[in-house]
Order: sequence, then C-alpha cells, then structure tokens
Amino acid sequence: MDIAWFRKKKTPRTPVEGKLSKVPEGLWVKCNGCKQIIYQQEVVRNSNVCPKCNYHFRLTAKERLTSLLDNGIYQELDSEIYSIDPLKFRDHKNYKDRLRDYKERTGLNEAIITARGTMGGFPIILCVMEYRFMGGSMGSAVGEKVTLAIERCLDESVPLLIVSCSGGARMQEGTLSLMQMAKISAALGRLHEKGIPFLSILTDPTTGGVTASFAMLGDLNIAEPRALIGFAGPRVIQQTIRETLPEGFQRSEFLMEKGMLDLIVERSEMKDTLIRCLRFMVNENLPRRSTEPGRLQP
Amino acid sequence: MAENDRFEDPIRELELKITELTAYPSSPDREKQLERLQKKLSHLRREIFSRLSPWQKVLVARHPKRPYSLDFFRLLFEDFLQIHGDRKFADDSALVGGFARFHGRPVAVLGHQKGRDFKDKIARNFGMARPEGYRKALRILKLAEKFSRPVFTFIDTPGAYPGRGAEERGQAEAIACNLREMARVRVPILVTVTGEGGSGGALAIGIGDQVNILENAVYSVISPEGCAAILWKDPTKAAEAAKSMRITAQDLKGFGIVDEVIPEPEGGAHTSHEETAEILDRYLTRQLEALDGIEPEKLLEDRYRKFRRMGMFGQTRYF
Repeated sequence: MDIAWFRKKKTPRTPVEGKLSKVPEGLWVKCNGCKQIIYQQEVVRNSNVCPKCNYHFRLTAKERLTSLLDNGIYQELDSEIYSIDPLKFRDHKNYKDRLRDYKERTGLNEAIITARGTMGGFPIILCVMEYRFMGGSMGSAVGEKVTLAIERCLDESVPLLIVSCSGGARMQEGTLSLMQMAKISAALGRLHEKGIPFLSILTDPTTGGVTASFAMLGDLNIAEPRALIGFAGPRVIQQTIRETLPEGFQRSEFLMEKGMLDLIVERSEMKDTLIRCLRFMVNENLPRRSTEPGRLQP
Repeated sequence: MAENDRFEDPIRELELKITELTAYPSSPDREKQLERLQKKLSHLRREIFSRLSPWQKVLVARHPKRPYSLDFFRLLFEDFLQIHGDRKFADDSALVGGFARFHGRPVAVLGHQKGRDFKDKIARNFGMARPEGYRKALRILKLAEKFSRPVFTFIDTPGAYPGRGAEERGQAEAIACNLREMARVRVPILVTVTGEGGSGGALAIGIGDQVNILENAVYSVISPEGCAAILWKDPTKAAEAAKSMRITAQDLKGFGIVDEVIPEPEGGAHTSHEETAEILDRYLTRQLEALDGIEPEKLLEDRYRKFRRMGMFGQTRYF
C-alpha cells in the first residue's frame, strides 16, 4: 500500500534527440558521445569534434563548405530553386507551412546547398546537404539542384563532391521524391562514363533513398567516424526481425568492415584526404579552370 | 476503416449466388436468371471499381489473387527459362527473371514475385527482395544488353527487405547500382507496375523507356503504413496517408511519372489473369514496336530526358 500518496510524482526526463545533436548557443555543450560537459569554444576550435571522445557534431551545410574549400570561399549555385507543394500534402500541418517554417529557421531555400569552389587548387563542384532543413530530406528541388550540379560537372569536366546528411526521400512530395533517385543516378552514370571523379562523403545520418542512390555511387565512398549509414532505419529493421541489433550496427566502422566504404576519415583530416584522392583522379589532360587557390571564376 | 476494407463484399455475395445457381439443373428459367445476375454482377463491379478510394486501391493492388510476375511470364510470353543467382552470394526468389519469347521473339523478363500460399510467401519473402535479387536483376539486364534483347520488367513489391543481412550485404548499394546502370542499358526496357510499387525496391527495376501502370496499381515513396507511422505517429492512419501521397495510377500519370495507365478487367486484375494479360499484351506489343526502330544512342538520350524531367519545383527568386 502506498501511503505517501501526496508525494510528488517523478517523471523521468526524456532527451530530445534532434535537439542534442547541434551545438547550442551557450558557453557549454554536452557531448552526444561521452555525455561530458565541454567548453563550447574548445569544440568549435576542434572543427566541431569533441576533444574528449572524438564525437563528430553535425555541421551545417555552410560550415561544411567553409571547412572544405580553399580559404572558405565558395560561390553558391542554383539558389533560386525551391520546393513547392505539388501534392497539396497535409498531415498535422500543411507541407507548405512546414516549408516556410524551415526556411525561416535555417535561412535556406532548400535542404541542400550546391556551390563551386576550389580544393587544394582543384576546381570542384559541391553539393552539401543540410540536416536542419526537414532532416535533409530529398524532394524535387534537392533532386534538381544535384542533377544540375552533375550536369555542370559534365559540361566543365570538373570533379563532383557530395556531402550527404539526410533521412532519405521526402514523403511530402510522394513518388516525385522517389523519382529524384532515378534522375540523379542517371546523371551520375553519365559522369562515370566521362571519367569525371565523384567523391561521396557520408555523414551522420545518411539513410533511405539518399543512401540507395547517389551516396553509395561515389568512385570513393568516404564516411565520417561513427556516422549512421543504412538503407532502412534501425527501428524499422528491429521491428522487422524482432531482435536487438548488435552494437555499432549501421555505423561507419561496421560498414567499412562489411566492405561498403572505402575510407573513414576524421573531420580534421577530411580536406587533405580529399585532395590526395583528387591528385590521383584528376586527369591533367582535362582542362583546368583555375589553379590558384581561392580564386573563383564567375 | 473496417467497412472501407469490405468494399468487395457485395460482389462476392453475388458471385456466390451465381455459383449456387449453376449447381441447379439447366433450364430456360435458370439461364434467364443467370443472365440477369451476370449483368448485375458486371454492373456492380463497374460501379464499385470506378469509385475506389486510394486506400481501397492499395488493397486491390495487394489482393492475394492478383496476377504476379510468374503469372505474367506464363501468360504473356512463351518458353520462359528462369535463371538464378547473383554470382556473389545467393539466389533471391523474391525477384525472378530469365529468358522468354514475346510473340516468338527472344526477350528478357524480370519481376518481383510474391508467394501464393503461405509456404510460398515465406520462401519468397512476401516479394521483398534482398541485395542478391537486385544484383541478379542487373545480371539479366546486362545479358539482355549483350545479346541485344529487349527487357520487360514487372513491379510488385512492398519494398526492399529491411533486414539485418540485407543491410550488411549492401541493400542500398545494390539498388543504387541498378538505378545508374538501368539508365544506360542499350536495349529497350518496358516497365510495368502491376501491383504494389514499393519505394526504392520497386524503382530498382523501374527505369525504362516506357513505364506502365495497371489501373488499380500504386507506386509510392514509402508504404502508406510507414508514412502514417512517421508523419501521423499512428500506423492506423494509413488510409489518410495513401490519399495524401497521391499514389494511384491516375495521379502518377498526372505527375508525368508513368506513361500509360493500363485498364484492368471489370472488377480488377484478380478477376481474370488471362484477360489482364490480354489487355497488357496489346499495349506492350505496340510499345515495343515503337521502340524497335530507335538507335541505342537516341534510346538512351530519350530515357535520360524522360527521368530528367521528373520533379516539380519553383524557380524564381524567392527572397
């Protein structure tokens, strides 16, 4: 019998996953990996990697572009392309309203930034996905921007780099989202035929239709440490097979062991590693647009 | 939703009546009554099937008696020779294919295969292919290319299998490779969505010069149940999700995702596999003829353009 019926009920606090993963504004930040409280400046100085346990905090697309390109300079491409609501989709909220909210929150038009820049002097075209915009989901606009970027690479014989960070295809655009997988993969086929390098970087998380199309089609598939990478999400798999999954299942290290990744690269080493890959891949006989680091052509 | 699921009941009742009646000895009176009931049945089928909701179409697309790929191989083609295995790990019986003849002409065929009875369903994993299935499909496509034979694919899957082994062996990579390679196979590919077009697992054999869909088939980015579980946080809202995602053949035609919607017999494809195949045959024959004269270069360019156009987005300065 419980006689202390007037005692305050304890409700356990449940952590909100999405909220933890980005570096908050405050002075201190709690690491998702080791759960330690760390001085934020220290994390930022360490390219948003936890100095204690090497946990890689999620980067925004802009941070990623700055970290990869020479002098942090890039020229954004096709920024005028944005999502519309072809299905008039509605769940609890109108898709249109959702889009507006995310635009306000992120200051971006879409869940991806495509840009041109140089990396170690190599001209390159990048597509960087933005997880804060609807979980980096791929709808028609993302599909179009990536395809346009690939077609530019084809026209100019410039290498392509895609940094994936996405939950997959965007449900709110239905089968149109699914078809973006076909559209992008077909364009990548042409890139492949022309011998133009394509480096795919997989960051936490890369799942669903993004993994099952361009993210796995790189000449090299390179992941950050401990990133979640897979086709179906771990919860779906658990429901299907009704058994607990092994520790580290669908993490970068696991995928590399299974032969699905070429490299796992720490964030601090990423740019140098990519430049080393490009030195192997870029054919000197192909016309180079610029060799001076940081100088962009309009 | 319960009543929503039972829309076929009046048809079934009437069918039962007709069967009972045929058990009686033949007489002019019986014939007259039979004729009347047949007419009524035909009318009822047309009536019910012309007003199916998106969710009801999902149920028709998943109908346990719907024709499956092996039925189509038997009814549309002659001399089907099944080939097996991905030459890497295993054979996947959820995705079947091989050589056949279409009106006497050698062709390649492939498609998802759901099981008919319980044991068969388990063996075929309910039509959910593993990486081996997709890699076998690619092998068949490459063989078709090598020997310059057109390819027919038949899509009917809840989706690619989301299991541990499938992930370990590169489900995503297998699908991605197919998408890229199918866009460049230098022979005509005719795709038909015959039942459930379940996401990436469907698309992995869905790139072609001609994409058809049967009247009551569906094609979606995620299953209505999956969408409802994620967006509504409630899998029982599947009917609502099915409506929101616009997954019916007619909707997809409107978005330019499929080229042709192929009519089914009155009351759905499951009422007559033969008639379904006959109708489909007329379409496929005409379509193959149209693709026949096209040079491979142009074929690939057209195929690329076809998928290149897909998607709807805005493109003005927004800020």
